[in-house]
This record gives sequence, structure tokens and C-alpha cells, in this order.
Amino acid sequence: MTTRTATPTPPRTRPSPSPGARRARLRRWLPGLLLLSPSLIVLAVFVYGLIGWTVTLSLSDEHDALGNKGFVGLSNFVVLFTEDINGRFTHSLKNLLIFTVVFMVGALLMGVLWAFLLERGVRGEGFFRAVYLFPMAVSFVASGVVWRWLMNSGTGDQAGGLNRIFHDLHLGFLENPWWTDPDWGMAAMALPAIWQLSGYVMALFLSGFRGIPADLREAAAMDGASTYQLYRHVIFPQLTPTALSAMIILGHMSMKMFDLIMSVSGAQWITEVPAVYVWQTLLTSDYAKAAAISIILLLLVAVVIVPYLIYNNRVERRS
Amino acid sequence: MSASTITPAPEAPISKPLARRPRGGINRRSPLGRAATYVLLVIFLVIVLMPAYVLLVTSLKSGREIGVNGQWNLPTEWTFASWEKAWTALRPSFIRTFELAIPVALISSALGAANGFVLSRWRFPGADVVFTLILFGMFIPYQAVMIPLRQVVHEIGLPPGIPTLVFVHCVYGIPICTLIFRNYYATTVPVELIEASRVDGAGMLRTFASVILPLSAPGFVVTIIWQFTSAWNDYLFAIFMSNTRNGPITIALNALAGAQSPDYAASMAGALITSLPTLLVYIVLGRWFIGGLMAGSVKS
Repeated sequence: MTTRTATPTPPRTRPSPSPGARRARLRRWLPGLLLLSPSLIVLAVFVYGLIGWTVTLSLSDEHDALGNKGFVGLSNFVVLFTEDINGRFTHSLKNLLIFTVVFMVGALLMGVLWAFLLERGVRGEGFFRAVYLFPMAVSFVASGVVWRWLMNSGTGDQAGGLNRIFHDLHLGFLENPWWTDPDWGMAAMALPAIWQLSGYVMALFLSGFRGIPADLREAAAMDGASTYQLYRHVIFPQLTPTALSAMIILGHMSMKMFDLIMSVSGAQWITEVPAVYVWQTLLTSDYAKAAAISIILLLLVAVVIVPYLIYNNRVERRS
Repeated sequence: MSASTITPAPEAPISKPLARRPRGGINRRSPLGRAATYVLLVIFLVIVLMPAYVLLVTSLKSGREIGVNGQWNLPTEWTFASWEKAWTALRPSFIRTFELAIPVALISSALGAANGFVLSRWRFPGADVVFTLILFGMFIPYQAVMIPLRQVVHEIGLPPGIPTLVFVHCVYGIPICTLIFRNYYATTVPVELIEASRVDGAGMLRTFASVILPLSAPGFVVTIIWQFTSAWNDYLFAIFMSNTRNGPITIALNALAGAQSPDYAASMAGALITSLPTLLVYIVLGRWFIGGLMAGSVKS
């Protein structure tokens, strides 16, 4: 961000360029636009076009495989919030909220702690880093297999997985039904996600720590700052942008969480989130309703991502 | 698992922040603090590796040993029977997933390199806005396009299964690959180089081919690894657009492991088989794998 290198375009001297100059400039950048255009067209169609299509669907009454019958305005959305059977949609939002909070807090705490421990140089740092980060290379579908086993809901003599360890260590009070708990099950569902993403947060923060100029630390040391003061007043304030990106990345991943839930619990009421609800709804060919849920999901993500993208764009232009 | 970032933090290039810093330095810790650090690090190491231990141990047990008792113990009798069972179930999809992930990795990277070059070193008016619009595509929940997408790929005549999935992964991989290459070129290719090429009368394609591409190997390694891993690990597109007969390995694994009372030994062997290629990539090319994760923390 420091050395924003100039574009190859020459400084623009505005006062009405001659047609020749304009053509010359056009010749400069037009080939680039042409090279980019296949990707642009594809994305215009498959991202923005299809989102538009989904919006249209969500405003229609296409509730079965027979095709579009008419425009119904926002009623599909209203129905989701007010008349959905057993409040299914709001239930899925509640699940998503619990999952997101536990996942984000857990992964951030773990990741920052690991980065902090590794930051000041320990023997074998590369090894620890590699191990902490390895879950990122594994799919949620694969790790879901083992987490399903670990979070076995049996207790007492029937205890399996983690409960078995608690049982054998006489920590029976820790035994719990994990994700099968109707109220707080989603907190348990966040554990595999924390396991998988903490290493990522660590890597982000390690690179943040390492991006802080050494003279800043040295200056603080010269001024007689204690280690606590160094972190509190010098290092952590520098990491605000890192923390912001970490939160945004985790937050938007959390809202899209699908694979993990499908492989740990399968699609079922107790762990349903909007992303899974879409899938379940499509199985019944209720396209309008599935589209409405998808659009709400998109809006949830966009609220987080769009300001972030705009902010990034600005920061970059400023520098 | 399409995690990636466009971190605004002023970080140095990937390799540098993760390189070793000389020990000691300005904040040397007390021996006690040092010991506590290592104890904590090892505890976390054990926790992180615990699922891997369970996978390995359980997959090598015989069916009789999978009860609740001694779940965490090593097998009393080691057997590869479950590995054989899992391999038989997963083999066709294992091969299909290579047919998916390799073309995706190559095509996406080529597109990313071209786009990244234009957006960083052959810019046009409004390039930043266009770039932001491209980036949005990597954050969307794909459910928001999935319903019409299934119809569109069917109508343009893509055969179901792997060809369809290759197409969609290439399309939705454009943003991340563009991001990686744009930031890579912006930090490693000096503008003077482009200018010199221009002065020599080289056009855009010529400049790209003879000046830029020879410098692009690290960028390609990062995007190829990234796209290979994403396509290999994908489940969302796979479940919407394929089935156990024509789909990738995540679908097959889910079918193997997803039953009400699954064969845990075979499931875990299957999970390991499923993870082997991406784990190998991670172990052998770890540095570049992290490069993909950190994509964009390398800001121009």
C-alpha cells in the first residue's frame, strides 16, 4: 500500500484533447479492456445477471415445478418472517446467529493467541505454524466425519468421542449433547469451524505483527515501555485493520456455512441455517421461497462485504 | 472453503512476514515465560492434531473394535480392511475429482493472470471500480445464483457432472485469481519494465507474453494450488449439480459417511483418502498455500 505505483497512462492534461490524442489514449487502454472482457461478460452474466434472476424468482409465486405464474411483490419475504411453519426461518436465523457469534469469538481468540505466542520467535515456529494451519487444507466434508464422531451425544456409560474422554477423566459435568441440544447446539457446531479457521486467523495476525516496523518497537523500548505497554499502546492499535479483515472474512464465511453442517448433522431442523434451508426448500421445488431465502442470505453477506470493498477501494486510491 | 482476504493492512509480501525473525531481540522473555509459551504451544498442538489421531486410529481398527469402550486407544489388531472398503467406494470419484480440479486450476489461473495484468499494469479508466465489481463475486453466497445457474448450464448444453462443475468453478474462481495476480503484479513488476516494453513498440499481448509471463511463476503456483484445493474440497456446487455417479469425491464421501449409523472405520479411512491430495499439496507446497490464503494482504 505504501508504494502505489503509477498507471501506465500518462498524466492527463485535460484542456480538450485533440481527436488524435484521444485516439492515441484509446489505443493505449482499449486492448487491456478487450483482454479483460471475456471475464467481465461471464461475471456480468453469472454473478450479477443470475442474482437478478434470483431476485425476480423471489418476487414470483413459482412454488412448484409448473413454472412462473405471476408477480407477488415482497410477499414471499413477509411470509418467511411471519407465517413460516413453526417459525422455521426465524429459527434458522437464530441458529445462524449463535453459530456466528461462537465461531467468530472462538476463532479470533485462538488465532490471536497463537499468533501472539509465535510472534516473538520460538524454536520450531515453522512447525507449529504448519500444524496449526493444516486444518485449512482439509474440506469440511472430511473433517465433518471425525467431528461427528467426536461430538457423540451419548453420555454416561454410553459416552463416545469427547464425552468418553470427559467420562474417563471423571469430568462428567462436561459431558453434553453437543449439537443435538435444541437451544445451544449451534454453539457446539461452531467447534469444528473454530478448529478449521483459527490457523487462518493466526496467519493473518502473524503477518500483521510482522508488518509492524521494528523501529516502532525499538522506540517504545527506548522510552522504557513494559511489554504490556508495548502491546497495549503500540502493537495492538497497529493491528486494527488486520482484525477488521479477519472479522469480515470469518463473518461472511459463517453466514454461508453449509458443508460443515451438512456433514456433521445432515439437513435437519435442530441445526438448520438459511444456507441449508435453501437446499431443503429446493428439494420440494419451491423455487420462489428458496430464492427469497437466498436473497436474504445475500443481503446479510452484502451488508458486511460491500462497505468493506468500498473502504478497500478508497484506502487504495488514497495511497 | 473459499477464504481469502483483501486485507487493507500494510503488510509486506507473503514470504517476508512469515519468515523467521531472529530470536531474542528487543523483548526477550523470562525463562518462566518462555517455558509457559512452549507448554501452551504444545497443548494447542495436541488439540489441533486430536481429530487427525482419531481419524488414523479408527480407520485402522477392525469392525469389532469400534464400540464405545477403548475408542481412543490404539487398535489391538491393525487392519487395512476399512481402507480397502473406503477405496472401493471412493475410487471412481477420486479419479473424477482430478479431472475436475486440474482443469479448473489451470484455466482459472490463466484467466487470472490476464485479468490481473490488465488491472494492475495495463489499466483503463475506471479499472478500480471494475476490479471492485469483480471482487464482489467471490464473496456472494452461491445459493443466490444456484437456482437459475442449474437451468443455465443445462440450457447451454454442458454435460452434467464434472464438465458442468469445471465450468462453474472456473467462472466463480475468476475473482480470487484476478485478485491474486493483480496484487502480485502490482508488487513485483516495476512500471518501468512495462514502459520500456512500450517504448520498444511492443503491444499489450507482446508485453504480457514476453515481459510479464516469465515473471509470473510464483503467482501461478499460488492460484493453481488455491483453485485445485477449492475445487477438490467443494461440496456446495457438487451437491447442487452432480450426484454420486458423476460427482466429485466430497459427494461420494458424504454418501459413505452420511448414513444414520455409519461405518465409522470406513468413513474415517474415506475422509483420509479424500484429504490426501490437498494435504500433500499443503505439506509439499505449504508456503504457496499460505500465499493463497493471504491473497491480497499483499496490497499494491
